[in-house]
Amino acid sequence: MTAAARTNLRDRACIVGVGQTAFTRGDGSGKSALALQLEASVRALEDAGLRHDDVDAILPFPNLATAEELAANLGVQNLRFATTVWMGGAAPVASLEVAAIAVAAGAADHVLIPAGWNGYSGRRARETIAEQTSSIPGGAIARDFYLPYGLAAPPQWYSLMARRHMHEFGTTPAQLGAVAIAMRKHAQMNPAAVMRGKPMTLDDYIKSPMITAPYRLFDCCLETDGAAAVVVTSAERARDLGKQPVYIMGAASGRPYPADEITNRRDIFKTGLTIAAPEAFAIAGVSTADVDFAEIYDCFTFEVIQQLEETGFCARGEGGAFVEGGRIELGGELPLNTHGGLLSEAHVLGMSHIVEAVRQLRGDAGERQVPDAEIGVVTGWGDFGDGSIAILRR
Amino acid sequence: MSEYTKPLPVLQGMTGEFYAWCKQRELRFQRCTQCEAWRHVPREMCAGCGSMAWEWARSSGRGRVFTWTVTAVALHPAFKGATPYASVVVELEEGVRIVSQLIDCTPDELEIDMPVTVEFEAVTPEVTLPKFKRA
Repeated sequence: MTAAARTNLRDRACIVGVGQTAFTRGDGSGKSALALQLEASVRALEDAGLRHDDVDAILPFPNLATAEELAANLGVQNLRFATTVWMGGAAPVASLEVAAIAVAAGAADHVLIPAGWNGYSGRRARETIAEQTSSIPGGAIARDFYLPYGLAAPPQWYSLMARRHMHEFGTTPAQLGAVAIAMRKHAQMNPAAVMRGKPMTLDDYIKSPMITAPYRLFDCCLETDGAAAVVVTSAERARDLGKQPVYIMGAASGRPYPADEITNRRDIFKTGLTIAAPEAFAIAGVSTADVDFAEIYDCFTFEVIQQLEETGFCARGEGGAFVEGGRIELGGELPLNTHGGLLSEAHVLGMSHIVEAVRQLRGDAGERQVPDAEIGVVTGWGDFGDGSIAILRR
Repeated sequence: MSEYTKPLPVLQGMTGEFYAWCKQRELRFQRCTQCEAWRHVPREMCAGCGSMAWEWARSSGRGRVFTWTVTAVALHPAFKGATPYASVVVELEEGVRIVSQLIDCTPDELEIDMPVTVEFEAVTPEVTLPKFKRA
């Protein structure tokens, strides 16, 4: 289906509730991943002014809790619609697209989208990968053709792209650092951010230890415990609820080709977002120039630069220069990850990016509020470069 | 010789055939017998022309470094004693790319487009991995 044929999705659904838990490291949450997600879900429903049994659809994050478990705990007696989008960190934003489709089609009235984990105190992502190859995107391909040669985890896969970008376009370590520094700066204004009170300079960034070159420690996202959740409903229902609705103007998702193997892509920088972004903007009927801020899935610094290019905020190869000079900081032309992102707030699997976008569009972002924010973009990135994007408005 | 403790491929199906050729010190990839397109990793059908007919065609083994990463902190327990090490993507003359490692080169000697040629490393009696050295 063409993007034009999908414009009937524009503004059909709204985010009406957001919730989150505390984000922690150290001793960890002391709760199960399910309990964390329930806590965030309860807060999102309270925020929306909905009762638990108003929920009739749940879109769980892959491999965490099932819709059935979540529904049983929440007292959701009429679970009409439930599905999981298998796109790793791109799943929460892709779930906004699915939620919008579901409410527009009448398949669901109130959709709960939770995500959360003990990413610090539980088994780290890399340990899961070491013990259970089925959890690697690409499955047997990664086991048989990557792992024997030392490629085991996301920063290694993606740093292959980062180095190639540096070679082709002259992207520099200082430009990667500019992303990390902007996220850290924003975290100083976010009471929930794990890195609040720990500002970062370019010197700090450059001196941080190499993990998998060109990625240093401060190019890599945090590992934290915590959860977040959002509630989506139709635009008609949203208007009857107490909160200012945030409209899903457009949303789309996509996969690179081939999706299950990184190295044999003819165009190594073409990812899911390359396909999804123009579709989402066409549905929304706006352009990148209309966007006041963006919450970009920042698993690693280069992925932010790469997604800015593939979304069309700048041309291919210009992302390095784009992030310099404060352009992506609050007060700049396009503030990014105003909450601090995965790099400096917490790793909530991309869900906290949606929560932050909603807060910005409601004018609830406090010290870090983007003045008069009307339109915001949220992206997700997962697996070997799956991508999702939502364009939201107040 | 000490026991080899790093992860090994599972030798089954087309992957088993790929590594069986490596054990004979031949780097072969699938090539579509209808449109002659080379491919890697092993696939059931040609994504270009749709044919399910293919052969294991011998690669020249010559290629160039496409990109690499240098792992300084092991992200898998089996590689703890091996850091720093480079995992390298090589683009073969036939156009396919493969993840491998260079056997005669330290990470700081690597350059994009550096010419390389295949070399085989029998890591266990069953498994031989295709590695590369400077051409």
